Amino acid sequence: MNETINALFRRFDYQKYACFIALIILFTASSILSPYFFQVRNLLNILRQVSYTGIIALGMTFVIISGGIDLSVGSVAAFNASVGILFLNYLMKVFSNEFLAMAGGIIAALVMGFLSGAMNGLMVSRGNIAPFIATLGSMAIFRSLSLFIGSAGEIRSVSIHYGNFGMESILFIPVPVFVMLFLTVVLSIVLNNTRYGRYLCAVGSNARVAAFSAINVDRIKFITYTICGFIVSISAIMLSSRFNAVSTSNLGMGFELDAIAAVIIGGTPMSGGRGTVWGTIMGAVILGIINNMLNMLGVSPYLQGTVKGLVIIGAVYIQRQKA
Amino acid sequence: MDECLLKTHNICKEFSSVPVLTNINLEIIRGEILGIIGENGAGKSTLMKIFSGIYKPTSGEIHYEGKRVFIHDPLSAKNLGISILPQEFNLVNELSLYDNIFLGSEIRKKSGFLDKKKMMERTIELLKELEVEIKPDEKIENLSTAQKQMVEICKAVAMDAKLLIMDEPTTVLTRFEIDILFRLMRRLKKQGTTIIYISHKLKEVKAICDRVMVLRDGELVCTEMIQNISVLEMAKSMVGRELSQVFPEKKRPEPEIVFEVKNLCVPRILDNVGFQLKKGEILGFAGLVDAGRTEMAETIMGIRKRSSGQIFLNGNEIDISKPQDAVDNGIDYLSEDRQGAGILTSFTVIQNTTLVSLASYCTSFIKYIIKKKEEESTLRHKERFNIKTPGLDVKLEYLSGGNQQKVSLAKSIDPAPEVLIANEPTRGVDVSAKQEIYRFINSLSENGLSCIFISSEQEEIIGMCHRVIVMKDGRIMGTVEGENINEEEIMFLATGVREGAT
Repeated sequence: MNETINALFRRFDYQKYACFIALIILFTASSILSPYFFQVRNLLNILRQVSYTGIIALGMTFVIISGGIDLSVGSVAAFNASVGILFLNYLMKVFSNEFLAMAGGIIAALVMGFLSGAMNGLMVSRGNIAPFIATLGSMAIFRSLSLFIGSAGEIRSVSIHYGNFGMESILFIPVPVFVMLFLTVVLSIVLNNTRYGRYLCAVGSNARVAAFSAINVDRIKFITYTICGFIVSISAIMLSSRFNAVSTSNLGMGFELDAIAAVIIGGTPMSGGRGTVWGTIMGAVILGIINNMLNMLGVSPYLQGTVKGLVIIGAVYIQRQKA
Repeated sequence: MDECLLKTHNICKEFSSVPVLTNINLEIIRGEILGIIGENGAGKSTLMKIFSGIYKPTSGEIHYEGKRVFIHDPLSAKNLGISILPQEFNLVNELSLYDNIFLGSEIRKKSGFLDKKKMMERTIELLKELEVEIKPDEKIENLSTAQKQMVEICKAVAMDAKLLIMDEPTTVLTRFEIDILFRLMRRLKKQGTTIIYISHKLKEVKAICDRVMVLRDGELVCTEMIQNISVLEMAKSMVGRELSQVFPEKKRPEPEIVFEVKNLCVPRILDNVGFQLKKGEILGFAGLVDAGRTEMAETIMGIRKRSSGQIFLNGNEIDISKPQDAVDNGIDYLSEDRQGAGILTSFTVIQNTTLVSLASYCTSFIKYIIKKKEEESTLRHKERFNIKTPGLDVKLEYLSGGNQQKVSLAKSIDPAPEVLIANEPTRGVDVSAKQEIYRFINSLSENGLSCIFISSEQEEIIGMCHRVIVMKDGRIMGTVEGENINEEEIMFLATGVREGAT
């Protein structure tokens, strides 16, 4: 009997559930520490706060599984949101129908996201440029472009409704949270149950083996960065809708770090080859709860970065030990 | 004289409560060459990894030079003077040859900077001893598999170890290089180095070792002085049963020509290679290291760019510019570099088996993988190849080398190709698994598969192939057929002593 339990424990894949266990511990601790934590309003608020970077982290998960990294997500978000709102404002003048204009703006942002992702993808696959360098370049380019088109200030939308839908709730769940969960389900299926997902892991695990196995490595990389850019634009739409405006200098600042942190805490290794979409969401939520608790406990906001940094380093350290 | 260098007492090792080694008690005598043989998964590599500090034993003691020692990590093994030549390559591709050889034991000047000149000189010396012509500042990535193996040997020898462990050093070497290696081993032995030699090639063990130990299912079966045991007896005690005929009977191929290569050229690598392959034929490719056989295979597969040449399948010219094109046309490749180009160790048995043919397990819309279909097909391969694995969803890193090779083979034939290019299909595989692979390739060819069989083992080339093409320096030196397939004929052509009629 004892042996079977022992064997059960030994076969238990700690690494797979480490993030989930950490989340539960954190959740329990927070509930004890603060009476305000375990309130529906607070919990939904945390979810809403993490959803924007959470959505981006989903795309980042794919990029990291492929063995790469995307530093440009924050700048791309700012640029896409700016383009979306400028287009929306333009269409408002042309059409009388506000909803058509909104749809146009959203589509413009999505197309821009697709294109910016494709640009990163081309540099990494065809150009054979190291992902870190390629996306560092586009990070600078897209930030500068958004500052340029917005004159480094705020771009306001002239539509009233655009600012509403991002604040709406579906079945009490805020729209961005809903979008995040929907994307998680879809991307989890893509990763685990489609040919592309399998190829993605193969490319990240060993690109040479993948190439010998008749996988078009360049194409998989290209698709991956494009998906990431597209997902970033979804987050950008949610964000710009929330404020009904884009601050070209602030929007998306530091998003790349939060997204990478969520992916790593979620248990996807930086070396690529495997990963989990649900882990990433849990990683994002863990970061959100920590922020929330630090606020509630009155810790200086300047110190919150330190705590975040320690959590990331700790998470990676634990993963290293288990491996 | 009979001084004991290393002694173990009841060494046991378990992986997630599965015993791999049980109660190993052995003594290694100073200055001997000790052969360790056993089937795949018998625990040879695990035992060596314990000696070199990569694994820790679950229980048991190691005594080294009379004292009890704990080998926690590779560094403490190194400090004890134990050096290992691993089964899989352990080289840094981006670094130069001499950087690799002195990795972790760099020679430094008094100022603390690297003494590159001295390292270079020593490397040249070592290369000379091994009679290989490679520049000491060549990058590892530019070397062929066999050259890499020679570099690994240099690296292990450079440490001036007291105990040198060689885990299947000859699998990728041809007879020519094996002879060089053996000369080096005898010289080292004379200098007082103790060598543990692990190999599946029993004739080599017989030729070079003083004593031989046989492992079976994680237990030490017997230890014999080499003169008291024959190759056949070794094989028997390894397998624990009688061995039947090693090579299956050759079947006659059909006359129709399935596959043809004309004037294949790659600058400085391949020179005007051309041949025909009949339906159901097993066409051997023999030659020394760097004869261009792997390069030829990779060029056919579209992995390397060719400067000229045509490829025909069933009389029609086909255009292959990337591996996908080759696979789509029914040509599959089994790479000789198992871990570098063959399998993904972080993928499961199922995921590896279906990697090339994944499209056929997917719905046509959105390419959703039907996992049940994958599993059924993998199960068939598992039974057909007798793949020993705790489950189909086990990652390949937990499988022994021989079973990994079987998965690699299953992966290359899963798309049901017309032509299979098998490059060293039995590399690092034990006797009975070899037999299974031979039988398997033979039965595939009976069913109409045409096979290009590249191997550095003369015996299997002779035992398996209908025709043998011998290459040297990227050129075809000649073809031997039927009764003429023998070692002398092949060696004459391979060394360029004689050029045969093509």
